[in-house]
Amino acid sequence: MTRTIDKENTKIAAAKKMRDIMTTYYLDALSASENNRQVAWITSGGPVEPLVAMDIIPVYPENHGAMIGSAKMGEDLCSKAEEMGYSTDLCAYARADIGCSVAKGGPIGGLPKPDMLICCNNICGTVLKWYEVQARYYGVPLFILDTPVCHTGFFPETAAYVKAQITEYIGFLETATRRKMDMDRMNQVGHLSLEGQKLWQQVLRTTAHKPSPMSAFDAFFFLALIVTLRGTTTAVDFYRELIAEMNDRIAKGISVVPDEQYRLLWDNLPVWHRLKWLSKKFSNHRACLVADTYTSAWCGAIQYIDPDNFLDSIAQAYTRIYLNIGIDQMADQVLDMIQFYDVNGLVMHSNRSCKPYSFGQMDIMRIVQKKAGIPVLMLEADMVDPRSFSESQMETRIDAFMEIILQRGATGRGGQ
Amino acid sequence: MIYAGIDIGSITAKAALIEDNRLLATHTVFTGYNPAAAGRQVFDELLMQTGISAGAVKKVVATGYGRASVEFAHKTLTEIICHGAGAHFLNTGVRGVIDVGGQDSKAILLDAQGHVENFAMNDKCAAGTGRFLEVMAQALQIPLDQMGEISLGAENPVKISSICTVFAESEVISMIARQKDRRDIAAGIHRSAALRVASLAGKIHLAPPVVMTGGVAKNKGMLQALEDYLGYGIKVGAVPQENGAVGAAVLAAGT
Ligand code: SF4
Repeated sequence: MTRTIDKENTKIAAAKKMRDIMTTYYLDALSASENNRQVAWITSGGPVEPLVAMDIIPVYPENHGAMIGSAKMGEDLCSKAEEMGYSTDLCAYARADIGCSVAKGGPIGGLPKPDMLICCNNICGTVLKWYEVQARYYGVPLFILDTPVCHTGFFPETAAYVKAQITEYIGFLETATRRKMDMDRMNQVGHLSLEGQKLWQQVLRTTAHKPSPMSAFDAFFFLALIVTLRGTTTAVDFYRELIAEMNDRIAKGISVVPDEQYRLLWDNLPVWHRLKWLSKKFSNHRACLVADTYTSAWCGAIQYIDPDNFLDSIAQAYTRIYLNIGIDQMADQVLDMIQFYDVNGLVMHSNRSCKPYSFGQMDIMRIVQKKAGIPVLMLEADMVDPRSFSESQMETRIDAFMEIILQRGATGRGGQ
Repeated sequence: MIYAGIDIGSITAKAALIEDNRLLATHTVFTGYNPAAAGRQVFDELLMQTGISAGAVKKVVATGYGRASVEFAHKTLTEIICHGAGAHFLNTGVRGVIDVGGQDSKAILLDAQGHVENFAMNDKCAAGTGRFLEVMAQALQIPLDQMGEISLGAENPVKISSICTVFAESEVISMIARQKDRRDIAAGIHRSAALRVASLAGKIHLAPPVVMTGGVAKNKGMLQALEDYLGYGIKVGAVPQENGAVGAAVLAAGT
């Protein structure tokens, strides 16, 4: 089944194009004011489509936070915020962003100054205070979209409540831009958004193939487009190409982990500052992290989107995202992924920064062990702040976890 | 056929020899600053003591934090898998291991075959490890190996609220200044460490029969505090400190 493939061949060609697209995107954003365009900062789970439809450039402090983490600049910028009085318990994305605004540092010299802030609390409560702080700092208007947590389901009251806010959101944008929303354009963006999400889902699903043509580490990288350019043709075109490349790799039997023996599922945000190290660590064990709960969140609400009634339907789609549902429902999604990707184990990143993501992990771990009977590893770290990472402890835990999987035999299924 | 296991911990290096499913002998030395030399030394001394020649040892497995430095090992495995195998070998039927070593502590859940089902380890912090107890013994000015015994006479164990070793040490020092009974302080120290370890056991739902391994298993005060928190008895074998090395030897035989 396995073949030896030289290193050059295993590289994903689309990566270069993706880098170019992201560079152009950030250059556009950084030069927005010179081109008379407005910039809105928006939370990663926020409805970006109305911004795109109104030609406002959306910028994501969280994506920027990921870049800060990958560039290993997290410690400095977080410390800056701590000097200002922010607690080390605050999410490192918030700390890094606040630190960066003041220090004007970071990998791209800071984000462009926002003309407005859009905050949707479907991902966490942290963003509320964070965006309030930034709205005061920059002296710009803030729109808050409040999406109630839906632990057990989605009710008509919630739908009406969120829908009313979507209408207010459009009004807010019209005031901020002094322009009317062009509904035809909105419609078009809605279609592109849904199409982009479907394509992203297809990209992620290619890893169900054995051996997997890409890994979660690649998904962490390719994710940036569906986050930042959702609703544009750029994202749609790019993901089409990426799918073609993945299918080609599958046809040629090219695997991302040489001699893939074990398949794992990752939970929570990546450890941005240790991606290479972790990827190497697992691949030395011939294990491929084939999927993750994080990147799939950007195609997890497709079933609720109606492209012909986009604005109404996103009230539900943006409320019922992974971080805004109950633990039982999260566990069900994890179990579905375990089945679909046929994995031997689950690796959970207990992320010091992200409380809503890490809070229910112990319960999910138990549910998975009981229902799927696969080993679960809990790794304590932080997505951006390297001070919460201990290499030798990580190493022992990963080695031990892989030994357990090996001991159980290739299927990894223990049945308890 | 003879097999050897070497366990290089942060404080001590241990070696074990097994033959035909029987434990032959174990040996322990201080690791010092050179784990590679300690591995060599503990193995050579054990061979000398038993009169077995190196050539008679079919396979060697190294474990512990310094496992990679044991050049003569045929294979390295983590402490987790080795402690599981050692506990199962020395005590068939055991379903849980609590190992408290110099710089880490862990709880290991075993299945009926002695395979590791799950494990939990202490966070990036010395609370609940041998190192924590060592620092506290120094603060109390009592030898580490007597602290367990001393604490057994406590009547009103003190409460140490800091998790951090450094803060806990200053708490202990202030208690000494307030002339609190040493036995009560020692018992409070064990309770504080035991609570951390018990939470690891709770995380993975450890249930009896459970054995305690690692150097700290010899500390009776710690054992009692752990049993109090967990609400069940914990066994300690004849060679708790060498359990990981025994497991490594068992796994050497099995591969
Ligand atoms: S707490 Fe979690 S969801 Fe909220 S901003 Fe930080 S990483 Fe994102």
